[in-house]
Amino acid sequence: MTTPVPRQTSDAEPVRQSKRLRQAARMAEAASVGVKTLLLKILLLGIVDAISVYALFVLFLKQDWVVFGLVLFVTAVVNWIYFSRQKLPAKYLTPGLIFLLIFQIFVVGYSGYIAFTNYGTGHNSTKEDAVNALIVGSQQRVPDSATYDLTVLDQLGAYSFLVTDPDGDISVGNAETPLHRVNDAETDAAGTGIGLPGYTTLNFNDIVNNQEAIAALSVPLSDDPNDGTLRTPDGSSAYLYLSDLVYDASADTMTNATTDVVYTADPRSGAFTAENGEELRPGWKVEVGFDNFVTAFGTEAIRGPLISVTLWTFAFAFLAVATTFALGMALALVFNNMRMRGRNVYRVIMILPYAFPAFLSALVWAGMLNPQFGFVNQVLFGGAEIPWLTNEWLAKFSILFVNLWLGFPYMFLVTTGALQSIPDELQEAATVDGAKPWQVFRLIKLPLLLVSVAPLLIASFAFNFNNFNLIYFLTNGGPRDATAGVNVGATDILISMVYKVAFVGANRDYGLASAFSIIIFILVAVISIISFRQTKALEELN
Amino acid sequence: MQSAAPANRDDVTSARFIPTKRPFSFSRWFRDTGWRHLVGIVMIVFSAFPLLYVLSASLHPGGTLITANGLFSQIDLGSFITLFNLPQQPYAAWYGNTVMIGAITSAGTVFLGALAAYSFSRMRFYGRRAGLLMLVLVQMFPQLLAVVAIFLLLNGISDIFPLIGLDSQIGLIMVYLGGALGVNTYLMYGFFNTVPASIDEAAKLDGAGHARIFFTIILRLVAPILAVVALLSFVATTNEFVIASIVLISPEKQTLAVGLYQFVSQEFSSNYSVFAAGAVLAALPVMALFLFLQKYIVGGLTAGAVK
Repeated sequence: MTTPVPRQTSDAEPVRQSKRLRQAARMAEAASVGVKTLLLKILLLGIVDAISVYALFVLFLKQDWVVFGLVLFVTAVVNWIYFSRQKLPAKYLTPGLIFLLIFQIFVVGYSGYIAFTNYGTGHNSTKEDAVNALIVGSQQRVPDSATYDLTVLDQLGAYSFLVTDPDGDISVGNAETPLHRVNDAETDAAGTGIGLPGYTTLNFNDIVNNQEAIAALSVPLSDDPNDGTLRTPDGSSAYLYLSDLVYDASADTMTNATTDVVYTADPRSGAFTAENGEELRPGWKVEVGFDNFVTAFGTEAIRGPLISVTLWTFAFAFLAVATTFALGMALALVFNNMRMRGRNVYRVIMILPYAFPAFLSALVWAGMLNPQFGFVNQVLFGGAEIPWLTNEWLAKFSILFVNLWLGFPYMFLVTTGALQSIPDELQEAATVDGAKPWQVFRLIKLPLLLVSVAPLLIASFAFNFNNFNLIYFLTNGGPRDATAGVNVGATDILISMVYKVAFVGANRDYGLASAFSIIIFILVAVISIISFRQTKALEELN
Repeated sequence: MQSAAPANRDDVTSARFIPTKRPFSFSRWFRDTGWRHLVGIVMIVFSAFPLLYVLSASLHPGGTLITANGLFSQIDLGSFITLFNLPQQPYAAWYGNTVMIGAITSAGTVFLGALAAYSFSRMRFYGRRAGLLMLVLVQMFPQLLAVVAIFLLLNGISDIFPLIGLDSQIGLIMVYLGGALGVNTYLMYGFFNTVPASIDEAAKLDGAGHARIFFTIILRLVAPILAVVALLSFVATTNEFVIASIVLISPEKQTLAVGLYQFVSQEFSSNYSVFAAGAVLAALPVMALFLFLQKYIVGGLTAGAVK
């Protein structure tokens, strides 16, 4: 994306000015800025800079140099733009552009990256985290190990262990920081640590109230995860827990001490894998190349649903626009009669579905179409059990029907506006020439109407292409396709499939979901190019 | 306001028809306008029925889907009271969150969009055409396509700034503001262009700077389009489910769309009247605003399309 680079200071002035004139204009501009405005500007920039400095500080501590550099760069650019005398367009565009670049354009690129990773449940984090999680996860208390006297400390809501080992040495640590010796601890008569400056000691009640969090805490004994961790079952004494799994950093293997099975780190799949193919979970995130796309297109159980979902997405978006436009236009024609009384009453009531929040409409219709209890079956069809939302084809019909209800008012409003902007003279002239009403409509009104509403129809198509709420709230994408390798149903469109693969159910697969997103991006891009070519909408930009 | 004009025009034109005194004939009346009333009545039933259904369901305390079928068999506000006392579903908090997130997002959208529209409309600079092109293209790619990346980005931000990361409403608003340029800026750009540049020039001769011209003159002249964009953005934010559902995790931080969906999916048929009460309350302000500003919205929707 190109960021507009400002070139000219003043407003639209194609007239060439001499250098002195320009200088004078600039001075006048600068002089017109009041003190208050200047102070406000400095205050706002100060707030922005303060936030960035805080961010830079945190990033420095985390040693996250890439983001550090980015934040520094953006802050510098922002300051440069607003303190510069020139760069006027940039001053107006920068605030919106920053949000746009991060949350609209960067995320698209990031989706592209995730599509080439195995990011998802079981592959969420770095390898280091995976090693720690594996070791902590397979810990067991060492039989007959020493007992450490324990005091639970609280610092800003995070718990730490203050332990006194059998030799009388006192150390402190928490989940992130391994145990380290402290010398300034308060002790009781027996030499057991009971408090530490800067921390609050938890009393018995606090411990009982936060039992689960404290029982879940495991404090590493040292930097080496193989040394084991301390845990407490009761909040007053801690025991050494050792893992079954032993990590060998030099060989990059994980060995199960009980069964002696060796799991080797596999950089391709991002997991420790035994010779028999057994994988330890969790693994870590790795780049997997085109694996996700190969899965999407190569696996029969996913390719089939993907193709049918794509076809349905197109069919739905097209039919949604066609049906709502047809009804909306028909109504606009019917009610575009000056002699008809009470048109405004009809009009206001017909707009109601459009004014009603769409997500609620879908939920209300889901209730009315409920097969056993819903109004449609119980009252309109006299107690029949018609599976409106659970039969594949009826569900598709229901979705289009509800969408018709939701969408026709918009088309009605838009075509009414367009119809009224067609000069009456055209119709009168045609009538005088002997045209029948149908001919007037087909040969005069419709073409003129289409010219003006075509961009809106394209926008409506694009909206329905991703009409997540209707599908998800009405049928949840169902009825589910049992043969599919992913959680997908007969009425799912592409975007609801992405959502379900990434966020619904126990097995989240961000990588595969992003691969699907990329497919949608490509489809939408192709549609946009074709439709903009057709309507030449972009050529009118000036 | 060229596009709002057609809505008013029919009153003017209808005055032009001079009623001719003819004996009343039903068949002629029916052929001319009567059948239109029939269509109108059918459409009124179709449009309004679901809304009456949900209203009647909300007035039937303890009602289920089955009892909702007896329309207006009982009228009682009990469900509305139940609604605010649900232990697991903090409806009042959802309501407040939705209004707050919607209001901040729409204010931000209007502000950022107006700034950009002003510069596109009044200044000539390198990359301007590309920028305008981008505004049009961005509309084709809604943010929810990148929902996975947004989730993981916020997840990453949480490690550094929990305040704007996952489960933070500020984070969600920032994500929404990412869509501020694009969706409605083009609409504003078109409207800004209808304000004559001579006004700017006159102010400039009088010594006003660019900021003063923008804030005190232009923004007031384009107020109608700002209202339309604010309302459209508010409605869009209220209806947004995908991103809100993955960002907001704790129940007391969620919005109505997320909360009510989860409420319904947990106990749909059994507690229908409470859901209906929630739906009615959620819809009322939006519908009121919509009908109140109807004329402007229609103008806004068709702006750019109807010339």
